[in-house]
Amino acid sequence: MKKILKYVIVDIVQNKIVLIYTFLLLVISLSVFSLENNSAKGMLSLLNIVLIIVPLICAVFSTIYIYNSGEFIVLLVSQPLKRRTIWLSLFFGLATSLCLAFFIGAGIPILLYHADATGFMMIAMGLCLTVVFVSIAMLAAGLARDKAKGIGLSIMLWMYFSLIFDALALFFLFQFQDYPLEKIMTLMSFLNPIDLGRIQILLQMDISALMGYTGAVFREFFGNSLGISLSFLGLSVWAAMPLLISLRRFKKKDL
Amino acid sequence: MKTTIGWHVIFLSLPLFFSLPGFAQGKTIPVGKSKPLQSIQQAIDLAANGDTVLVDPGLYKEENILVRKSIVLKGVDYPVLDGQHKHAIITVKAKDAVIEGFKMQNTGRSEIDDIGAIMIFDSYRVTAINNILDNSNFGVYLQNSRSCLIKDNDITAYGKSELQSGNGIHCWNSDSIQIIGNRITGHRDGIYFEFVTNSLVWRNASVKNLRYGIHFMFSHHDTYIGNIFEGNESGVAVMYTNNIHMYNNFFLNNWGAAAYGILLKDITDSDISGNHFVRNTIGIHMEGCSRIKLHKNIFNNNGWAVKIQASCDNNEFTRNNFTGNTFDIGTNGSLVLNTFNGNYWDKYEGYDLNRDGVGDVPYHPVSMYSMIIDNNPSALMLFRSLIVSLLDKSEKILPGVTPEKLQDETPLMKRLPL
Repeated sequence: MKKILKYVIVDIVQNKIVLIYTFLLLVISLSVFSLENNSAKGMLSLLNIVLIIVPLICAVFSTIYIYNSGEFIVLLVSQPLKRRTIWLSLFFGLATSLCLAFFIGAGIPILLYHADATGFMMIAMGLCLTVVFVSIAMLAAGLARDKAKGIGLSIMLWMYFSLIFDALALFFLFQFQDYPLEKIMTLMSFLNPIDLGRIQILLQMDISALMGYTGAVFREFFGNSLGISLSFLGLSVWAAMPLLISLRRFKKKDL
Repeated sequence: MKTTIGWHVIFLSLPLFFSLPGFAQGKTIPVGKSKPLQSIQQAIDLAANGDTVLVDPGLYKEENILVRKSIVLKGVDYPVLDGQHKHAIITVKAKDAVIEGFKMQNTGRSEIDDIGAIMIFDSYRVTAINNILDNSNFGVYLQNSRSCLIKDNDITAYGKSELQSGNGIHCWNSDSIQIIGNRITGHRDGIYFEFVTNSLVWRNASVKNLRYGIHFMFSHHDTYIGNIFEGNESGVAVMYTNNIHMYNNFFLNNWGAAAYGILLKDITDSDISGNHFVRNTIGIHMEGCSRIKLHKNIFNNNGWAVKIQASCDNNEFTRNNFTGNTFDIGTNGSLVLNTFNGNYWDKYEGYDLNRDGVGDVPYHPVSMYSMIIDNNPSALMLFRSLIVSLLDKSEKILPGVTPEKLQDETPLMKRLPL
């Protein structure tokens, strides 16, 4: 497993797209912080990048990478190796290298300009979302045999989590606005990793008081150490579940 | 006609009269452990109008010292007057009395009566200056009084709940009061005015009180200059008043579910200028306000800079700086009877082709999402999500939900140097 992992990581780190991704993140983060005289405002701009761009790149890149290494996978399967080992090595290789890219591209600027609880939470959430969306990409690649279908599926999933889910939530909120929805919304946020990440970062930015009672409910649930650990637990479930499903598929797959 | 002239002569000669050395000085009656008189009340009873009662340092446990004469009651090195958690400390019913330089501590507290450290009833030209009030229920309490001066007092309480504590400086049905340079903390309301007119509140710091920094009702023609209201549980709330003037005050750090920098309810014909609203959940909340001129104020890092209900009319926002606020303006209806002109908004994305410093396209300061949250607070969950930003952007281009007319026709390109 170690050897395959090493191969995958070395292969991805040398990949031009990943290098460009790292460089782009670095340029964006640095310029965001140096353009705004207020680093808190820079954090807000970075928030959008962490919540939208990072999942998109991770999902699309991972899916394409898995399809492109189809021959490599077939070669590995012909060796006396467990399929489980191969698939997990691919996942960990992708996750590690993309996390590394995020940490260099966005983590270091954040640590330089805004090294407080908000900054650490932003980095942690960026890393979590990277892992979660690599896992979701593995699922997409595992489900569809056709490359175009797989990439389409992973883009669809990204779109669902970053846009459609929230639109549905908004619709739901308006349909049932006469009922007390605070607790249900708290539960609902666990159904979307991006929402979980966003709420955790925003709570660190201390905007909860803006929103009266709802803010208080959110703060009470997510603000303490139990809530933070719960949302990290939720994110790890989000990283593990798609991966396990895709692993089961891959084990039975006719290559 | 003849009588009017007569009164004028008396009024004009009053200052001259007081400046005569014999009258103003009077005699001095010392009080202290080593002096013939050991009780302040006895000394006051012996004094005549114009005398000075000079109190040596020490601890005095007297029940409610009563001043009914025009005397100066003065402490040397802050003698301590202790209310023993039972009594009011000094009650003044006089004209031209002065209370100066005492430390008053541990007033009583009652559910029925208002008990405080310095109680001033039905008085004229009474001065309370340079006292330290510690663990007071009410600090300074004025009722039916005119032309009093409350200056440089340090008023501290350790109230636990709103219901069980009094106000720092409490004025009821008074006129021409001056409240200058006091520091008030830990009370229910820092400064409380009801039916107080033509008064001045200047350079006070009202900090960390249990309810409001300042709270007034029916207090017309008052002026508030250079005060600091910081970290009070609910900020500042003022109601049912016309002709107030607020200049260069600071409303800071009032952060919480029901906290306001300042809440204006039914305030009319007023002038609010040069104030700083920084880090409040809501900088200004306006309800039923008319004809207020808000200009040259600074709104910085608030949740909502201004929340203006549709019940407000003819208010003018000109030349204010709005920077770093989550939402600039919030409102609850589509009717707009207020004007916004020539303000600086840091969220403005327009352009200025002729380079005259004024943006060429109007700015809509109400974001759609702030209206959604107003109707449906649970929508907080979607704060700063992609869908909300998209909706906001499209709403900015083509207003549908947000009031179309609520706009700044002449937004400034550069921050005003305030």
